[in-house]
Amino acid sequence: MNSPGRCAQSVMIETHQLSKTFGRIEAVRGIDLTIGRGEIFGLLGPNGAGKTTTIGMLCTIVRPTSGSGAIAGFDIARQPTQVRRKVGIVFQDPTLDTILTGRENLELHARLYGISSRDRGRWIDEMLELVDLQDRANDLTRTYSGGMRRRLELARGLLHRPAVLFLDEPTLGLDPQTRARTWDYIRKMAQKESTTVVLTTHYMEEAEAMCDRVGIIDKGTIIALDDPARLIDSLGGDMVAVSADNIPVDAIRALPFVTGVTKSDSSAQITMQSARLHLPELLGIIPGIRSVEMRKPSLNDVFIKLTGRDIREDNANPSESWVETAARYRQRGK
Amino acid sequence: MNPMSDTMRREAMGIQAVWWREFKVFWREKSRIISSIVSPLMWLFLFGGGIGASLRVGDLSYRDYIYPGILTMSVIFGSVYFGLYIVWDRKLDVLKAVLVAPVSRISIFFGKVLGGCTDVFLQVAILFVFSFLFPSVNPWGIPLALLFLILTSIALVSLGLAIGSLLESLEGFQLITAFVIFPLFFLSGALFPADKRLPVWISGLVVVNPLSYTVDGVRSALLGVAVHPLYVNLSVILLFAAAMLVIGSLLFSRMK
Repeated sequence: MNSPGRCAQSVMIETHQLSKTFGRIEAVRGIDLTIGRGEIFGLLGPNGAGKTTTIGMLCTIVRPTSGSGAIAGFDIARQPTQVRRKVGIVFQDPTLDTILTGRENLELHARLYGISSRDRGRWIDEMLELVDLQDRANDLTRTYSGGMRRRLELARGLLHRPAVLFLDEPTLGLDPQTRARTWDYIRKMAQKESTTVVLTTHYMEEAEAMCDRVGIIDKGTIIALDDPARLIDSLGGDMVAVSADNIPVDAIRALPFVTGVTKSDSSAQITMQSARLHLPELLGIIPGIRSVEMRKPSLNDVFIKLTGRDIREDNANPSESWVETAARYRQRGK
Repeated sequence: MNPMSDTMRREAMGIQAVWWREFKVFWREKSRIISSIVSPLMWLFLFGGGIGASLRVGDLSYRDYIYPGILTMSVIFGSVYFGLYIVWDRKLDVLKAVLVAPVSRISIFFGKVLGGCTDVFLQVAILFVFSFLFPSVNPWGIPLALLFLILTSIALVSLGLAIGSLLESLEGFQLITAFVIFPLFFLSGALFPADKRLPVWISGLVVVNPLSYTVDGVRSALLGVAVHPLYVNLSVILLFAAAMLVIGSLLFSRMK
């Protein structure tokens, strides 16, 4: 969607060696980013990788230790007020004023962002409509469900028509259905004003579906940066998981269409080109197969390949990887 | 529009926004308004009436005598607690979204002070409605008394915000009540005359307590009895308010 050439013409966010140290902990170490106008950019990584700190610095909440950054041409360290006018933020934890109604929350925000009384009412109505909260606008937000609160926060983040919207884990803690709807709203909003969206998430499938580009961040540095499809393609094709009595790793590796093999106990994960075509040949050389599973690789596999760890291992809500699932099924079968 | 006046307009809107939010919250929490009116009335009629049965101060009934002191008391409690409330706001992350807005911390601080003073002003105004029940109170002194009370409220909301921006948790509340609010109240002469009959150590503390000058100022406005001349009372309170505004805004600006 956004070729690098086009981005260069209207750069919205630019950082150079942006770093933050808390005491002895280097939370972010030298991040270089260029994000274009209207781009949806995902910052992916396990907890503690530096995602939230990076966003904090770009929003001028956290002061960088070294390096620099600019949003819409304004320096994040020297022109924080101008930067703040240009950005909208949806925090990871809810920050609504629960003693106010939905409309009053937006009203407070509009005043804080200097929206004139002439535009205020109309802009608030537009936003409430966009997130389907007109009917509940005059109820106290403490009576809202988790999904409704999230939607109101999205509306609030976009109310002052920012050039950049930062979303820190916008769907964390929501059920799958609400998550899908929330993404619909985000997409709709981003398109409406061609707002640049920078988001963090550790739902890899969502990042794959939503983002024009993703930056994978681990231990404070960006280890991969590209179109999600291209990152996945770089793995070299499809993923096949085989469990068998005896896996001839060297013979598998010798096959021309195989691009990678990782063996663990009695199972192996094989990356290969066009599995549909070559699978019979692969399986032909493995004796005593107990189970075979084939699927398209995901961004999580990219992360595993780059770091040797599962992105979800480090996260608070562990959802098992497909290898673990396969292992469980195998044991049940015995 | 020139950038200077645009900045001024935005900051003014920011102050007004915070003030508006505080007013909404105040109006919604009816139980807080009721308790802030009922407890001073209890002090006046139950405490003042009880002690007053066997005690007079000069020509005045004890109940009338402590009326200015109880007004000051509700300003003390209302203002300091209002300021301390930001500890709670921070805990609930309510302030987080406000603090990332393109409005300076100083403006947010002033919005809070204004909001707190409005709350306290309304509470005091309701207490003034009852002034007809106190025969010695001169109604023409009410405007001057209000001036004293509002200046004191500005000082104490700032003090509360200053302490609140240093506190990490609500556990400090009791300590603040015991070591800040009660001494400020008891040593202000709100409940007794600050004259030569006091033990030296108490009268020394009363003299250094800025709130003694509020109580004295309000008492002179409403009852015509005073220890200090008006200009002394007024300048002490003005200085106190200015100092607290400076300290409060500095600490609030540094708050994480």
